[in-house]
Amino acid sequence: MDDKKFALGSSNHDFPLIFERSQAGRRAAQPPKADEVDLGELLGAENLRQTAARLPEVSELDLVRHFTQLAQRQFSIDGNFYPLGSCTMKYNPKVNEEAAKLFSELHPYQDPATAQGALELLYNLQDYLGEITGMDAVSLQPAAGAHGELTGILIIRAFHQANGEGEQRRVVIVPDGAHGTNPATAAMVGYEVVEVASDKNGEVDLSAFKEALGPHVAAVMLTNPNTVGVFETNILEISRLAHEVGAQLYYDGANLNAVMGYARPGDMGFDVVHLNLHKTFTTPHGGGGPGTGPVGVKAHLRDFLPVPLVKKEAEGFSFDYDLPRSIGRMRSFYGNFGNLVRAYTYIRALGKEGLKQVSAMAVLNANYLRIKMKEIGFNIAFDRINMHEFVAQPPAGLKTLDIAKALLDYGAHPMTVYFPLIVKEAMMVEPTETESLETLDQYADILSEILKRAENDPDYLAQAPYHTPVRRLDEVKAARKPVLRYSFSTD
Amino acid sequence: MNYLPHTLRDIDKALKVIGVASLEELFADIPAALRKPEMDLPQGMDEVALMRHLRELAKKNTVSGPNFLGGGAQRHFIPAVTPHLSMQSEFVTAYTPYQAEVAQGILQATFEYQTLMSELTALPISNASMYDGASSVAEAALLAMRATRRNKVVVSQGVHPETREVLATYLQAFETSLVELPLQDLVTPEVAVTGDTACVIVQNPNFLGSLEPMLALAQAAHNAGALFVAVVDPLSLALLHAPGHYGADIAVGDGQTIGNPLNFGGPSFGFMVVTETLLRQLPGRLVGQTTDIDSKRAFVLTLQAREQHIRRSKAKSNICSNHQLTALMAAINLAALGPQGLRELALGSVKAAHHLAESLQAVGLEVLTGPKFFNEFVLRSSLPPRQLRRELAGQGIHAGVPVPADYGLGDTVILSTTELTTAKDIDMLVSAIKQITRDRALEVSHG
Amino acid sequence: MQTPSELKYSRSHEWSQVSADGKLITVGISDFAQDQLGDVVFVELPEPGRKVNAGEAVAVIESVKTASDIYAPVSGEIIEVNEALLDAPEGINDSPYEAGWLFKIRSENPAELAELLDAAAYIKIAEEG
Repeated sequence: MDDKKFALGSSNHDFPLIFERSQAGRRAAQPPKADEVDLGELLGAENLRQTAARLPEVSELDLVRHFTQLAQRQFSIDGNFYPLGSCTMKYNPKVNEEAAKLFSELHPYQDPATAQGALELLYNLQDYLGEITGMDAVSLQPAAGAHGELTGILIIRAFHQANGEGEQRRVVIVPDGAHGTNPATAAMVGYEVVEVASDKNGEVDLSAFKEALGPHVAAVMLTNPNTVGVFETNILEISRLAHEVGAQLYYDGANLNAVMGYARPGDMGFDVVHLNLHKTFTTPHGGGGPGTGPVGVKAHLRDFLPVPLVKKEAEGFSFDYDLPRSIGRMRSFYGNFGNLVRAYTYIRALGKEGLKQVSAMAVLNANYLRIKMKEIGFNIAFDRINMHEFVAQPPAGLKTLDIAKALLDYGAHPMTVYFPLIVKEAMMVEPTETESLETLDQYADILSEILKRAENDPDYLAQAPYHTPVRRLDEVKAARKPVLRYSFSTD
Repeated sequence: MNYLPHTLRDIDKALKVIGVASLEELFADIPAALRKPEMDLPQGMDEVALMRHLRELAKKNTVSGPNFLGGGAQRHFIPAVTPHLSMQSEFVTAYTPYQAEVAQGILQATFEYQTLMSELTALPISNASMYDGASSVAEAALLAMRATRRNKVVVSQGVHPETREVLATYLQAFETSLVELPLQDLVTPEVAVTGDTACVIVQNPNFLGSLEPMLALAQAAHNAGALFVAVVDPLSLALLHAPGHYGADIAVGDGQTIGNPLNFGGPSFGFMVVTETLLRQLPGRLVGQTTDIDSKRAFVLTLQAREQHIRRSKAKSNICSNHQLTALMAAINLAALGPQGLRELALGSVKAAHHLAESLQAVGLEVLTGPKFFNEFVLRSSLPPRQLRRELAGQGIHAGVPVPADYGLGDTVILSTTELTTAKDIDMLVSAIKQITRDRALEVSHG
Repeated sequence: MQTPSELKYSRSHEWSQVSADGKLITVGISDFAQDQLGDVVFVELPEPGRKVNAGEAVAVIESVKTASDIYAPVSGEIIEVNEALLDAPEGINDSPYEAGWLFKIRSENPAELAELLDAAAYIKIAEEG
């Protein structure tokens, strides 16, 4: 028997690829039968494919085993505590999935008169997200947080251009703790990025900020609470200063989960916000997407939003393409509608009180775990009452990476590691509101045990993990000689 | 409804551990001026009331009946095993696979996805997917500008109008000239490409259903040192020659047709597959093969130094997420269908389209596309396209994507078929359009 | 950690070897820099013939988790690049001062050479981080 294809659970063999399970002549799905015809006549001989794509040929059970076993080689929220800072890995309610199925057969180009339920949902969601963030108008179109950022910065650019200040405003200010997408987005739109330092409290250093400001600044991009989990207490002053020089204030909504019902970006003075529905509003992360990144703006920027918006008129709901100063479209159709249904379902399930309680419990859990980690010997980077997340550092002599890898053997997912860049050996922890205190206690116990083992057996950490489907990977090999697809033995 | 585990006792216990007297104290950093007393939102609901509400909303939509809608999204057969496997909790609720030791499920499935897309397009390097077809085209243009250090982008008018809009949105911040090539007889003309062109973007089959002379267009682009970007429907590649076969440098498109439900237009996923030489310019995530310290085969995100979380303002793109789950769904679906099944889907779609076109022509209607086409074509309408679509909807038929006026074709619609289209569906549509056309003629002669 | 005394250094961790006539400058990164970066996985080199200014970013060195710009220590024309690194970037780790050289510049402004550091001054900067 070929070792490569032996996959009945033995851990001493490579897990097979679907292509290695293929046997010519097998098949899983059976579409409606279609008899062969003269394709040259229908499609033109010059347009025909001569060599078929080598898709795998497997039975339905082969297929089920393969992808079920692959799923078993995967951590997830449903199976594991997953306190990734900045990622808001909260529980994804199952009723959201049922809701999404009710709308999954709608075609984007069907007559809007036959899609009034979908349009009503979109219209109301625009409203709800506007109310939650304190913004005047919302576009649901962007497909992800970073896509929302791009939308927001293009809107700001168009606004300055409309005011005749497009040439003059060349700079976007971001704090040094910002998510990587912030500077990347600003650069993608052609702006020069200026980073301002954080002060000893983990907040934007006001004097550095003032120095960076001027009539050349197009926008200031902030996350609040910021990436070390601290609320920017000077936010009203920051907003005043930014607007004084004519800059627009941009809110990265990655951390909205901390303040829902307590404070709104719109009231803080932000002109543009993007939200990550896959964080705060429980649409699944899906192993890396699809996300969804709606953008809200104040009234003076409404005309620049992407088209279409959804409007309500006497005869019903319809798409509004009438925004002559719109930056244009950001993606096809109307956004990641399936996720918009999930977020809508979540908001309606919780209601105004429920959403506020989410933020309260998210902050409670994060502070609780901060105290627990401090008690067992971790250093806390900005040791104060934090919001929904905090940044810790391992005891002297230990590496964050090693602790992260050791956690995996306990079935616990590590926190976000080595971010933000401004804290050495950073461990950014965001437990989210859906975890119980018992889970947080267990996580602290596991961390404590790891520290003790490291003390008694220094080599243990460097080798961890031991019991995962695969162990530490050779990432240098992967990057030096990239192998990015399967090679058939006949190649 | 709520998903919180906290009992009142838990809250007290936690507050004590933290050393604060109340939940309010945890929010003391928020200035009083900002404290929002209450959001103007509805009250929460229990699951029964919630689902009742959602079903009521869903009832205001109509999805049953024959469906001839296309224009970038189509209803195709998706076997039950595809959603079952792709919607497993471990795939749905995982994060981006940064901890490779416990993310081999998603990493390996993505490596398989990359291989499948590479096979379909006949190009070697696929990224781990993008947002949608339209934004993939925009990213392809940015890639071409980086790779060639040129600033002119030429796009055929046969590329989906919404895709061209997205392209224009993305390029507005660059000193780029975006030039549209108008169609002639519904096909992209073979015009000379100038030496300052970064890329030529052509969709096949194009928005109006025509099959483009891809080989000649690719050669024209290459003669000028420009890259050739092919925008393709991946399902069509079961029968039609693939981007790698006619020399495309970049293949992009939307993957909805190979395994995603319609979802009112999203989420589906975009794909991007390129030649070896463009590897280092590729935006988005990539999964590579390597070994672990026990020499076992393993998969990992690789070449991450191109990406935003490392390069920040010098990244190739700001793109952060991919559309992992919908791309995974397609990978599973392709494996379920296999080469034979995918071919049957394409073949059924093509045959139905030609059957429909012939039936319409037989009752005196004008088909503008063709005679060679895949599974979409343009039909002359006797009334404004939106009105035709509305009248057909009134008869329980979803059909008639309006052709935008700037194609200069007058009142026309796109009709589209798939392997799910039955002979009965076709009869219904043909007789409905015939009737509407006759009524219209009477109206005109009496009016 | 080696820091050969016959070479000149920049604050951004490049070394420069100046030819006898002072016109040809060979550039690489220091042993300290390669150690900080970790295993190099990819190198992006400038096109020969490109005119560069002192302090301009002209090459990129990638390790698994970071990418670093490499700056031209002097102004002039790139006349040769180390193409062997494209296939074997590990040369930068294994032999930063020999096999790991990156590119050669024909210097146009001899005065710029005076601004480069000697080994002792560079070691001091590197140690201070």
